Amino acid sequence: METGTKKPIDPKQQGRIYELTHSPGQFAESVIEWIIRICGISAIVFVFGIFFFVFREGAAFLFGGLDLVQFLTSTEWYPSSVSNQRYGVLALIVGTISVTILAMVIAVPFGLGAAIFVSEFCGPKLKEVFKVVIELLAAIPSVVWGFIGLQVMNPLIIKYLDAPIGLSVLNGGCILALMSVPIIVSIGEDALKAVPDSYREAAEALGASHWQVVYRVLLPAAKNGLLAAVLLGTGRAIGETMAVLMATGHSVNIPTSLLDSVRTLTATIAAELGEAPVGSDHYQVLFIIGILLFTITFIVNLTADLVIKGISTENDL
Amino acid sequence: MEANRQILEAELEREIFTHSQTLFTQTAKSRQEQWIENLVKTTLLILTLLIIFPLILIVGFLFYKSLPILSFEFLFSNPIRGMRAGGVWAPFLGTIYLVVVSLLVATPIGVLAAVYLNEYARNNWATRITNLAVVNLAGVPSIVHALFGLGAFVLFARMGRSILAASLTLAIMTLPVIIASTKEALGAVPMAFREACWNVGASRWQTIRQIVLPNSTSGILTGIILQVSRAAGETAPIMFTGAIFFKALDEGNIFAYNIFDQCMALSMHLFTISTQVPDVPEALPYGTAVVLLGAVLLINAVAILFRVYFRSRKKW
Repeated sequence: METGTKKPIDPKQQGRIYELTHSPGQFAESVIEWIIRICGISAIVFVFGIFFFVFREGAAFLFGGLDLVQFLTSTEWYPSSVSNQRYGVLALIVGTISVTILAMVIAVPFGLGAAIFVSEFCGPKLKEVFKVVIELLAAIPSVVWGFIGLQVMNPLIIKYLDAPIGLSVLNGGCILALMSVPIIVSIGEDALKAVPDSYREAAEALGASHWQVVYRVLLPAAKNGLLAAVLLGTGRAIGETMAVLMATGHSVNIPTSLLDSVRTLTATIAAELGEAPVGSDHYQVLFIIGILLFTITFIVNLTADLVIKGISTENDL
Repeated sequence: MEANRQILEAELEREIFTHSQTLFTQTAKSRQEQWIENLVKTTLLILTLLIIFPLILIVGFLFYKSLPILSFEFLFSNPIRGMRAGGVWAPFLGTIYLVVVSLLVATPIGVLAAVYLNEYARNNWATRITNLAVVNLAGVPSIVHALFGLGAFVLFARMGRSILAASLTLAIMTLPVIIASTKEALGAVPMAFREACWNVGASRWQTIRQIVLPNSTSGILTGIILQVSRAAGETAPIMFTGAIFFKALDEGNIFAYNIFDQCMALSMHLFTISTQVPDVPEALPYGTAVVLLGAVLLINAVAILFRVYFRSRKKW
């Protein structure tokens, strides 16, 4: 065996080194390490795979036949009209935006408030309890949320707000708010936890009260993390499908009040993909909507990531 | 002399006492601060409770509404008369099939991906992109996963609409759950454990297999349990890749499905009977919702108990 060193090596030790570097397991080990590497990049492969396959199904119509300007600016969505099919998704985009905004208006104060309370004002026992309950809240399947919107919220809205139909922006927004609150709480709490204790101690030593510490020190220090929490909650709300499919009613129009029914991008795909013949224009348009959704959520998540990473370079935590 | 000292001491004591009075009594300003503090604390507590309240209310209400129908028979009998009566056996079994197959696919890939990210990857831009991809995979809307599953597995790979295609879609969707919790578990193993192992001549993989993985089993298992709960509840990704409205099935036979066939699923069944089928008796969808919700919450509760138990046993 060539060791490449000039100094003679004790043969016993040489044997040991040989055993370590040329053990029969070495080949197996390098195979395993390659498998690990391949699995390691699997997430990248899947993200590209998702984009590729969704794009592939919709590409033919996207580049041949679809008027992109009309697609994005028209409110006329008549995909299965016999004589004149029109594919305008503006009303669907507005539907998604209106439900998401309402959800965030409700979820952000509650979510951030709860994150601050759980992280800063709570004893350790109570903290565990709250975190467990919020985790369970996050685990409720979206179809159950949709069912709640349909069976519980719907009659309540009809009864107390005197609306003709309870499946509306209001209903969907409330359900989505409850669904995105757990994300905001858990990521917001992480962001507050990441602020070093020395910040808190320094502020308390200067005589600040508990609330002053939170308001003047922790919130500014954790603002990027909290913003990321809100962004990820928004991403969840935009991408949610079953709950909005069941709770927002089913009419393609631009809402003028909270009690109007709308339809979102996600719900449209879920509702119509089953009926559209594979390969038809309608089918391809649904995949193009998929590309649109993928792009929107990709940008939201990317922004959230950049915002979070911003913390670690700025504050040098 | 002695009396003098006692007088002096008493005086000193009195002085300390009066000073402490001025030091520690509340001023008007601090009283106001205290008031604000209490106000803020109460407001935040109310906000938190208002988030938690719906959970208890919803679970309680669903359970209450489904009481007339809940029984073992409901769980173990098939839907009959156009899904207007009977139980949830076929969808329940379908959900188990979907979950198990997706688990078998997602667990090895997810755990090894986390091993790579935590043990092998260097701190550079490539790793950052990989982490970003994991976050983005978690953020892709479920309906886009459905489109992907339809395009890639059902059509491109010619699996057709089947349990296999639906499970693979679910596996990719739930991969980030396993990666995230495994990574956290691996990160919690102290560096000194690895260094000690390297020092006695173990290779990288030997260290991981003998030291790192055994010491993070609990965290990895928690991640797997959470993956199960997530996969069991999803509807959109399986709607167009393998779930079917109705399928007749032998009751009590747990091998009744073939993974190259379509199956019913609890989540899909709940969607179907609450929106697509007219004249369903009210208790039926409530019962289905409670079975689904109960299963998911139970699985999550197991994960939480697991974590608490292992944390209490942890020695470092």
